[in-house]
Amino acid sequence: MADTWSLGKHTFTSRLLIGTGKYKDFPCMQQALVASGAELVTVAVRRLDLSKKGAESLLEWIPKQMTLLPNTAACFTAEEAIRTARLGRELDMGDLVKLEVIGDKRTLFPDVEGLVQAAKVLVKEGFTVLPYSNDDPVTAKKLEDAGCAAVMPLGAPIGSGLGIRNPYNIRIVMETVKVPVLVDAGVGTASDAAVAMELGAVAVLMNTAIAEAKDPVMMAEAMRDAVAAGRKAFLAGRIPMKLHAAASSPMTGLIGT
Amino acid sequence: MQVKLNGEIREIPEGSSVAGLLAHLGVKAQRVAVEVNEAVVTKDRYDGHTLRPGDSVEIVAFVGGG
Repeated sequence: MADTWSLGKHTFTSRLLIGTGKYKDFPCMQQALVASGAELVTVAVRRLDLSKKGAESLLEWIPKQMTLLPNTAACFTAEEAIRTARLGRELDMGDLVKLEVIGDKRTLFPDVEGLVQAAKVLVKEGFTVLPYSNDDPVTAKKLEDAGCAAVMPLGAPIGSGLGIRNPYNIRIVMETVKVPVLVDAGVGTASDAAVAMELGAVAVLMNTAIAEAKDPVMMAEAMRDAVAAGRKAFLAGRIPMKLHAAASSPMTGLIGT
Repeated sequence: MQVKLNGEIREIPEGSSVAGLLAHLGVKAQRVAVEVNEAVVTKDRYDGHTLRPGDSVEIVAFVGGG
């Protein structure tokens, strides 16, 4: 049976979600998207630059089979996030939204109060809400109770590349909620993505780690493989950690004894 | 008449509809979403929604993001 996962009415095979920001150009982004094998790609909603008539549209460079996940990045209040989500839905005609309500410019950490408030409104309006959240199990539960289709705790601050800073909290989040847990933000390299998946994350979302790698297309492949490897390791079940050695070769039958 | 368009005061033809404004600006309607006074105007209402002086209009599109 295929190892799939679902969000609302959507079912996916790939467990890597990737962003479309920060690439040096659209052709590079397109190659990275294809190489990543991602089925869900995030996009932002911004004012159209009315001085740039006929500028290339991002959408022309996103493969048609990919599902768009509009975000509410850089929204600092629930109201802004709700308006942005509605505009994203009007652009995309889909129901998915990556909900961000940011509380602090320097860390881009979520404003939990605003996040829960916005989630409640958007769920009522029929959105499939994926909230970008901190790694707090209590917040995760509130988001689940608000009707979110998943929760997305951060591994580390957005764009920091610091990796999964609090694997224990992520594990507690997974124990706490029944909805899928996706690790969003903080991944710096392939091993970080594998760690997230080994913890039992349903999927991993990243942007900067691929877009700002020296070779974004090769990094997209590395992330695809790391997510797949981490998932398999999780399913296979790792051995418990032990302080001392446990020999792999027989300790008996040695010559000269 | 004057409206606030993406944060800037702009002069547009009197009695423009949303569809008329987009045509005036040379913007392809299928690529954008429009909000007037903080409420989304869906594409099926572009022709019927007449703008009034002082309206606050936002025209948005998708850009790269994470």
